[in-house]
Amino acid sequence: MKKLIDWIDQRTGLQGLLHEVLFERIPGGARWRYVWGSTLSFCFFVQIVTGVVLWMAYSPSAHSAWESVYYIQHEMTGGWFLRGLHHFVAQAMHVLLVLHLLQVIIDGAYKAPREVNYWFGIVLLMLTLGLGLTGYLLPWDQKGFGATKVATSLMGIVPVIGPSLQKLVVGGSDYGHHTLTRFFALHAGVLPGLMIAAIAAHVALFRRHGITAKQPYRKPEARFWPDQVLMDGVACLAVLATVVYLTVRHHGAELHAPADPTQPFNAARPEWYFLFLFEFLKLDFLTQWFGHHGELVGAIIIPGLVMGVLAAMPILGNWRLGHRFNLGFLGAILVGAVLLTVQSLRSDAGNPGFQAAVAQAHAEADRMVTLIRAAGGIPRDGAASLLKQDPATVGPRLFAQHCASCHRYGGHDGLGVVSAEAPSAPDLRGFGSAGWLRGLLQADTITNSAYYGGTKFRTGKMVRYVREKLPKLQASEPGALESMIAAVVAEADLPADRAGAGDRAGTVEAGRRHVATTFGCTDCHAFRKPDEEATAPTLTGWASRDWMVRLVGDPTHADFYGARNDRMPSYLKEGRLSERDIGLIVDWIRGDTDPARWLQAPVATKPSSSGVAGARP
Amino acid sequence: MLSGLVAWLDPLARGAGGGGWIQVADLPSVPADGTPVRVSVVTARTDAWTREAAVPVGVVYLRRTGPSEVVALHSVCPHAGCFVDYQGDRKAFFCPCHDSTFAVDGSINDPRSPSPRPMDTLAVEVRGQAVWLRFQNFRPGIQAKVALA
Repeated sequence: MKKLIDWIDQRTGLQGLLHEVLFERIPGGARWRYVWGSTLSFCFFVQIVTGVVLWMAYSPSAHSAWESVYYIQHEMTGGWFLRGLHHFVAQAMHVLLVLHLLQVIIDGAYKAPREVNYWFGIVLLMLTLGLGLTGYLLPWDQKGFGATKVATSLMGIVPVIGPSLQKLVVGGSDYGHHTLTRFFALHAGVLPGLMIAAIAAHVALFRRHGITAKQPYRKPEARFWPDQVLMDGVACLAVLATVVYLTVRHHGAELHAPADPTQPFNAARPEWYFLFLFEFLKLDFLTQWFGHHGELVGAIIIPGLVMGVLAAMPILGNWRLGHRFNLGFLGAILVGAVLLTVQSLRSDAGNPGFQAAVAQAHAEADRMVTLIRAAGGIPRDGAASLLKQDPATVGPRLFAQHCASCHRYGGHDGLGVVSAEAPSAPDLRGFGSAGWLRGLLQADTITNSAYYGGTKFRTGKMVRYVREKLPKLQASEPGALESMIAAVVAEADLPADRAGAGDRAGTVEAGRRHVATTFGCTDCHAFRKPDEEATAPTLTGWASRDWMVRLVGDPTHADFYGARNDRMPSYLKEGRLSERDIGLIVDWIRGDTDPARWLQAPVATKPSSSGVAGARP
Repeated sequence: MLSGLVAWLDPLARGAGGGGWIQVADLPSVPADGTPVRVSVVTARTDAWTREAAVPVGVVYLRRTGPSEVVALHSVCPHAGCFVDYQGDRKAFFCPCHDSTFAVDGSINDPRSPSPRPMDTLAVEVRGQAVWLRFQNFRPGIQAKVALA
């Protein structure tokens, strides 16, 4: 062994190098405050390792980026953990960088002759921010796409060179393949390359000047080995433990639904360490003081000046009060950034619209996974093509846009947004179910805003019938109402009701007679046979897919409201919606959202036994 | 070195393309009461090596201002480029990023709104029962409405 070590040493001088590294002098002994640089190097090493493995599975193009990240996250053995580590270590680096910078400024480690070393540190700070920014886009999901659009738009407002700069970064006028290839080359090639060079220079200069020991010395001078090495090791392990905890707790990094520029994404936010800048742009003083230049000032000039002061600190520090100024300035910036971040988080927490958008984004991400599994994989047209055919995804969007100005769905607009305005048409959640119909047939609920409260029918014949006649009829024959309801609901044939349909056949049969005789529904409504004299919507096939599609298409048809129609547009007849879109809304309202019904591919067997699949929360 | 630089600068040599008339909707699908409706602008596009015959290149809000007059508002916020959402209950446009708000006609309706200009309008033509428009993107963050080249 000794011989081997000697052989290597004679040819490389390794022992001398190791000696120099381990026996660096530390006046005043080892201290916890010196650990930050080591933790950052450790994090960077982890990022290189996890990053290279992610690279082996990642495919940068608009058609495959999301899909390849999906595979890493949901199919690859341990993929979610790998991606989660990469994601959370990146966040840890930002925190550690701030701590490192604080320590350097407080201890005066930036002063002569260490200016150049400090500047390399500032370069490393900017490179890290750049890596965070470029990495955010790579999954090509809604969140990363939205944030990158904003970041590159801000780049475009730089005077003179802005537009060209933006075009070069984006790789054209529009976002696409070359946005990803360019961002990926920056993220995995250019920036880490520069970072390695800057770290080498930073560490070499640190060795040259030695540590800036904190006065007064508490202990006698020591060497890097063993005490400081132990402290650095413990700190790195603490960082790793935190990151692993966060990764397991959140089941890795989130992957939103694929980028879709045609859908508003109201949950758009930058990564948390950019939130202060995001919130800063919302501050009133920018528009009040700088008018329409507010954004240039807020996004480019002020951050540029702050960076400038930060870089100038070694020079500023030469003045009599320079060090105090530097301390005060950095303190003020950090306190400001923390306050802005807190304000941003608090205003989002208190904003129901934003919370609904976040819940919607999570639901869409989960739905995407369900659809891909049901399809047995992602079709060639990409994952987004599955979402576009999915009633559970498209239905509520169309409902929110075309129906929710009058109707509600469980009190909201289909996407979770609750309007302050009272609805002017029934709430359609559960439409076609026994529960919904029971509510309609009750004297105290039929004129609620969830039923006829907002419509002209609140003073109509149906309401009078439910209030005056129905209670008497019901009292004369107990149980008849429930079987009548069962008979009408059987027309709807909701997927949720199919399970026990056979057991209810007898009740339904009896109920059909009650519809015509006991309750006299057929005085106004047609039921299971043509009725020329019917004056109210037909109950034949009530709330079935066909019935609903036809009603939405043309409520003024004689089978429905005819001339008595109350403000409901004829969506198909007037050309407002296609039959396909109406079908998507109807399928969603009816809860008919099992992807097996519309997927052409054979329904997949269960996902592979990688264990990852089943572990998703 | 030079050959790399030239290739890297390639995007500068390419224009935004587009600018032609595109049919985006049928007139009846735009509500007569002036409520804006969101429609995707679908046309052919080449993204680097991929040629797509029909792909959404943007989203606009169409609003009826007369029996056969339609105004088109670009959905991209002139502030920082987020997707502006129309909120039916407030009868106003709202940007979820930095809280820019716009009236139903796209004008700035709150002096605290950070956007430097109203929502961008696009040239529209109603031909018979069809709504056509010329789609362009504009530079966000500045007061002047400048089309992206």
